[in-house]
Amino acid sequence: MLESWEKKQVEWGLLLPVLGLGIIGVIVLYSASASDPPHLQKLLCLKQTAWFIIGMLTVGGSLLFSYKRLDGWAMAIYIISLVLLVCVLVFGKEAGGSRRWLPIGPVALQPSELAKIAVVIILARYYGRQVSTDGLGLKKLLVPILLVGIPFALIVVQPDLGTAMLLALIATFVTIFIKVEKKTFYLLGGAAGVLAVVAWMFLLKGYQKQRVLTFLNPDRDPLGAGYHIIQSKIAIGSGMIFGKGFMKGTQNALAFLPEQHTDFILSVMAEEWGLVGVSLVLFFYLLIIIWGISIGYQCKDNFGIILAVGITAMIFWQVAVNVGMVMGLLPVVGVPLPLISYGGSSVVTFMIGIGLLLNISMRQSGVE
Amino acid sequence: MEDYFRTIDIDWFKQRLVVLSFCVAAVFVVLFARLFFLQVVEGDEYRRLSENNCIRLQKIEPPRGLILDRDGTCIVDNRPSFDLSIMSKEAGDVRRVIETLAALTGLPSDRLFSNFTKYKTTPYRPVLLAQDVGRDVLAVVEAHSLDLPGVVMEVNPRRDYLYNNFAVHLIGYLGEVSKSELDSGPYKGYESGSYVGKCGVERLYDPFLRGRYGGRQVEVNASGNVVRTLKTVEAESGHDLYLTIDFKTQEKAEALMADRSGAAVALDPHTGEVLAMVSSPPFPQSRFVEGMSKDEWLTLISDPRKPMENKAIQAEYPPASVYKIVTTIAGLESGAINANTSFFCPGFYKFGDRAFRCWEEKGHGHVTTADALARSCDVFFYQVGLKVGVERLAWYAKACGLGRPTGIELFPEDRGLVPSGQWKRRRLGAPWYSGETLSVAIGQSYNLVTPIQLAVLTAAVANGGVLKRPVVLRRIETIDGESLKRGDPRDMGTIPISERNLAIVREGMWKVVNSGYGTASYSGRSRKVEISGKTGTAQVVAVPQGTARARVADALKDHAWFVAYAPSNDPKIAVAVIVEHGEHGSSAAAPVARGMIEAYLRLDDEKTGM
Repeated sequence: MLESWEKKQVEWGLLLPVLGLGIIGVIVLYSASASDPPHLQKLLCLKQTAWFIIGMLTVGGSLLFSYKRLDGWAMAIYIISLVLLVCVLVFGKEAGGSRRWLPIGPVALQPSELAKIAVVIILARYYGRQVSTDGLGLKKLLVPILLVGIPFALIVVQPDLGTAMLLALIATFVTIFIKVEKKTFYLLGGAAGVLAVVAWMFLLKGYQKQRVLTFLNPDRDPLGAGYHIIQSKIAIGSGMIFGKGFMKGTQNALAFLPEQHTDFILSVMAEEWGLVGVSLVLFFYLLIIIWGISIGYQCKDNFGIILAVGITAMIFWQVAVNVGMVMGLLPVVGVPLPLISYGGSSVVTFMIGIGLLLNISMRQSGVE
Repeated sequence: MEDYFRTIDIDWFKQRLVVLSFCVAAVFVVLFARLFFLQVVEGDEYRRLSENNCIRLQKIEPPRGLILDRDGTCIVDNRPSFDLSIMSKEAGDVRRVIETLAALTGLPSDRLFSNFTKYKTTPYRPVLLAQDVGRDVLAVVEAHSLDLPGVVMEVNPRRDYLYNNFAVHLIGYLGEVSKSELDSGPYKGYESGSYVGKCGVERLYDPFLRGRYGGRQVEVNASGNVVRTLKTVEAESGHDLYLTIDFKTQEKAEALMADRSGAAVALDPHTGEVLAMVSSPPFPQSRFVEGMSKDEWLTLISDPRKPMENKAIQAEYPPASVYKIVTTIAGLESGAINANTSFFCPGFYKFGDRAFRCWEEKGHGHVTTADALARSCDVFFYQVGLKVGVERLAWYAKACGLGRPTGIELFPEDRGLVPSGQWKRRRLGAPWYSGETLSVAIGQSYNLVTPIQLAVLTAAVANGGVLKRPVVLRRIETIDGESLKRGDPRDMGTIPISERNLAIVREGMWKVVNSGYGTASYSGRSRKVEISGKTGTAQVVAVPQGTARARVADALKDHAWFVAYAPSNDPKIAVAVIVEHGEHGSSAAAPVARGMIEAYLRLDDEKTGM
């Protein structure tokens, strides 16, 4: 059922930085799991490689149909993702005090990851019809607020503040891109501010406020998040320009770093690969993002442009928040680094995104 | 192709996409700048820190909340404990250092090693070796610090019981948090080796008492000494618990119950607040914090006097003659008897072909209702029982709060037993014999009650019929005096009795103590306050099969009961006392109740001239 490629030239080049990141990811993971028993270390790397291969197949799968069909499927995809989010609350595996994973056979699915894609698609459908050069008014924004608000709330109660916040950032990014009336923009900004103040003063209980304060300022919790940040900064800083060399990181070897093969994997990398290595990774991400935007640039329909921007926003925020977090610029929230952090759902989501970008690029008729 | 797939204005979109690219690029510039700052500008400093691996985490243990009596007399406090830990990273050869430590201080090396393996985590966290070491040990460790690399001394708060074995069952004890508790929700945030409340209010209100761990990030030098503190978050102390108990009443009750086995409970009849709760013998509370050997624990739990059991709420006894209060209520309310009903007691009651004896072999002669209570005439109550019938008797017993938990916060609480025909068929598979109704009427059948149930019943008689839910918590306060939680007194029901009939019961109970012929006229009477009460003598040997067998085993003497309230005309305290194998309610239990009443009403101090 392969649909015709309307454009002969496919931007296969986009897969190069993706492949680069995937390979770097497995190598760094090998190093980051060095303090685990050898068989576990091998298993982690094999699993991550397998996920990357599955991810590549996902890219292929995303090319089989025209992205334009997604416009029609948007609501169905959105509802499925909501159902999965509800399922995870009911049947989900509890780990570390929250329910995020849905065990399906041997693998654990993280529905909040798929929800990001679903929200991007449904926003593209909605904004594709509503967008105007004057910007959207308040009335027209009520629908997207609801569309984002429901999965947002479901993810918050898991609780997974990191992913929920990410979802909000992606939606905001896309919404500002399609332009909001100035008046409405200030109004919503103001309303959000007032809501936050009201919630703070009347709705939140003492211990909840404490949590929020720690969330905003990890130094309040020097044994948890604050400690992680200091250790992470030491790891990154000590890498200097050329790094300590593969498998030579001391912070890493001594298991100083928290979550070193997931959220804090960049710290491991920075210690061993130095400024040079991390710059390369940042460059790859920037390349993918700019490429994504340029695919939107070549696209000729609203849905495709907004979809491309949404996917780009997804990748951008994930990278910016994770990198900002490990370097102590942002509060510690559990956001993985795409392709490099260990974890299957995140790899698959990322690859679906890449696949859709390629899909958009290859189905533009005639080059202007 | 549908409409919306065409763009509204391709150039407008393109323009925005270009702006977007710049925004994204700007963010990446910021990220890169930060990276550059960390790795190049500050790189040397971080490299130095990483080479020494010198950032350490230290936990600061919070002081646990105090436990005080209703007026603020402190019962349980904290004191500093000197603990020794070892940091494997600095110690290098841990085995050798621990052996040196044992040799120098005389601490048993096997214990140190077992603690080390038990608490070991990462090489950068101190591992607890010994708790609460003496100052002599500290002095040795300080003097030989060079021979003991990695050994660190920490000062941690530790439970201090100000009075030896005071209200132990109510307060409970602390123990090391178990693996399963650590995995469960309510104990999150604890680390292995932490002490948590294991029973009593220490367990019940643990979330309030525990406080919050603080912590310190410190930089240490090669030998493990702290060079500077980077960050500190002070521990938050736990909240203080004000119990409802009255120190003096509790103290008096414990003194009177010493060397005896049994329980004593005092309630405020108007609020249900527990004024004293004693279960005797006590268990050695402080040994749990000091660390008890396995043998010690086995001895403790195999003691036939059951020191670990809170007899006030967990021990079921036959109520014996105290039950006659219930029989009287049932008789009066069902119309079987009234104030002037009179039966003749020749010393026995012939029923069928069997003679049921009265405890008074000579007989009581003609007795009316209130006097029957006062003299505890069995023959009178046999006949009341027959008239009322076992089912109605059971209904009234349940209405008096028996046969179900009182609802006190402490757990587990036993529910006692109210026998009925239906119950017997179900549990024993046998029909009810009417002769058994006679035994039930004087509380000597299958009936079982807990001391707290009788205290609640007595309090209800005293307060006009309201069954109060007993509470042990008065309030929880933060260290700044902000009240977080208050005791939750609640009514659990009302005894179905008219004021007139209640007055008859109260008259009878007054006469028990204050008439010349009352069963507690000598032992229960106080020269300072008018007390009303009821005695009971539970026959241990006659305890029916299948119930409380273990309690029978150690001795064959009867259990002594006394329930009371005072002052008779304006009750301020209600008491239930049981002395196991104390023989007669009047001689063994009544003086305990009297002592508690006098202590609570402050009648035993110098002011009265006694």
